[in-house]
Amino acid sequence: MKSELAKLRIKDASLSLAEGKVTSVDLTEACLAEIKSQNGEINAYLNIDEGAIRMAKEADARISKGQRLGDLDGIPLALKDNLSTRGQKTTAASKILENYVAPYDATVVKKLRESGAVFLGKTNMDEFAMGSSTESSYFGVTRNPWDKERVPGGSSGGSAAAVAGDMCLGALGSDTGGSIRQPAAFCGIVGLKPTYGTVSRYGLLAMASSLDQIGPLAKTVEDAEVIFEAISGKDGMDATSTDYIYKSEASDDLKGVKIGIPKEFFEDGLDNKIRSQIEKAIEQMKLAGAKFKEVSLPHTKYALATYYIIMPAEVSSNLARYDGIKYGLSEEGDNLLEVYLNTRAEGFGPEAKRRVMLGSYVLSAGYYEAYYKKAQQVRTLVKKDYGEVWKSVDALITPVTPSLPFKIGEKTADPLEMYMSDVMTVPINIAGVPALAMPCGVVDKLPVGVQFIGKPFDEGKLFQIGRVYEKLRGELKK
Amino acid sequence: MKLTKTEVEHIAKLARVKISQEENEKYSEQLSEILNYVGQLEELDTNSIPPTARVSEGVNVWREDKVVQSEIKRDELLKNAPSEFDGYVKVKAVLE
Repeated sequence: MKSELAKLRIKDASLSLAEGKVTSVDLTEACLAEIKSQNGEINAYLNIDEGAIRMAKEADARISKGQRLGDLDGIPLALKDNLSTRGQKTTAASKILENYVAPYDATVVKKLRESGAVFLGKTNMDEFAMGSSTESSYFGVTRNPWDKERVPGGSSGGSAAAVAGDMCLGALGSDTGGSIRQPAAFCGIVGLKPTYGTVSRYGLLAMASSLDQIGPLAKTVEDAEVIFEAISGKDGMDATSTDYIYKSEASDDLKGVKIGIPKEFFEDGLDNKIRSQIEKAIEQMKLAGAKFKEVSLPHTKYALATYYIIMPAEVSSNLARYDGIKYGLSEEGDNLLEVYLNTRAEGFGPEAKRRVMLGSYVLSAGYYEAYYKKAQQVRTLVKKDYGEVWKSVDALITPVTPSLPFKIGEKTADPLEMYMSDVMTVPINIAGVPALAMPCGVVDKLPVGVQFIGKPFDEGKLFQIGRVYEKLRGELKK
Repeated sequence: MKLTKTEVEHIAKLARVKISQEENEKYSEQLSEILNYVGQLEELDTNSIPPTARVSEGVNVWREDKVVQSEIKRDELLKNAPSEFDGYVKVKAVLE
């Protein structure tokens, strides 16, 4: 009985809670039991929230008094460990923050608390969100519940594995170049990277401030929608957040929806098994009235290069604060400079060091124009491509990754090879548009994801497309 | 292009990260490979293209210049400090 509760979707669990068929303590205990049985091997969670049962009891008290706060009240969720949680360790999976206890809640955490959600714990990730496999975590890799020899994707691999393994009913992740969408695809679940500015970044341990966004990972499209609604909206603490109130599209078909197929995402490098799953999805969606046409995003191939200049540059700036002075690891030194040099040498892993150095270089005197300024100009071109395409279509359909989930250790020898797995997700962050990743099939017992890209602030359309397609697709056969 | 040992030393210093000789060699190779890859942006003519610094709207987002009491107390913040003295964070000499 208990593990059946852990398998529930948020929508169904919410209904059962409202009808008094199940309690939040039941749901929370079921998830905690799953964590106990699986986490030793999967390593999705870094820390379990000791207050989880207490939060569940508080939710049950509200529900029994008829004062349920909403769809998320009493629902157990997981949080990526780069989200500040007051009074709890927030490590960003780095040695440099191994014992750092956040003195405040991130805005999204605060919003979820106010919605009554129960927090199960903090999940594993690539160190400072730098990676596509969760292999760069200081606390060990997370394994993919579909095949434990394979990666769950990254950097939100812990959150994705927790959802896919039924160790929570939903989770939050963050996405700078694909870090929600790629693990969602690798773990056979749903993930949304919202339009830049719709979700406050206050309290997110920043990686690249012009690219970072927080978003939901969930078992179904509707579940992701419920979480997104709860966490989105303008926040005075984040100067880049926009006046945004999410409104769901009521439609349950795709009549009149025009979807573009950008040819640059379907070139030779794409695994044919993934290609055929996407083609199948297109055929299914036509039955619901969607119209498809080929479009072009000519600067797609330059988006990855642009990203690997802009992102490290912003990273080098954002990680400058980890200096052994106010918080975090602090190493001894003869003078102030030595404290910085030794602390960061000891505290950062190789990927973090690579990116901080790369960023410092592309921003340095003599190189700023050739690299950083150039990348910002190409960014304008990438953004323009999307602006053009919205003149004739409402959304785009693409794969999420060029290949199936790879084996642990397969891509760690060559950093550039690892970076290439982001080729289909990165352009979306560069352009600032929203994108939804969801499962579209199973190949060789591994999940395949499809990505829907939307116009800025048009999450409504994305969720509509996702909901309708999910119904057409039916249950995934594992 | 290949970064020289001296260039990597300089970059590491800018990044305030101490690296060993061995690491210098390893990072020199890896960083050079990445820089060569990103160098392909040279292929594009960006002469009259303005740089994008931000993807959301809003320039000069203001708030009222009003002092608001912080929710976070000093001792909670100091708990994370590696070295503390009399309510201050203790650091090495900044000026000589």
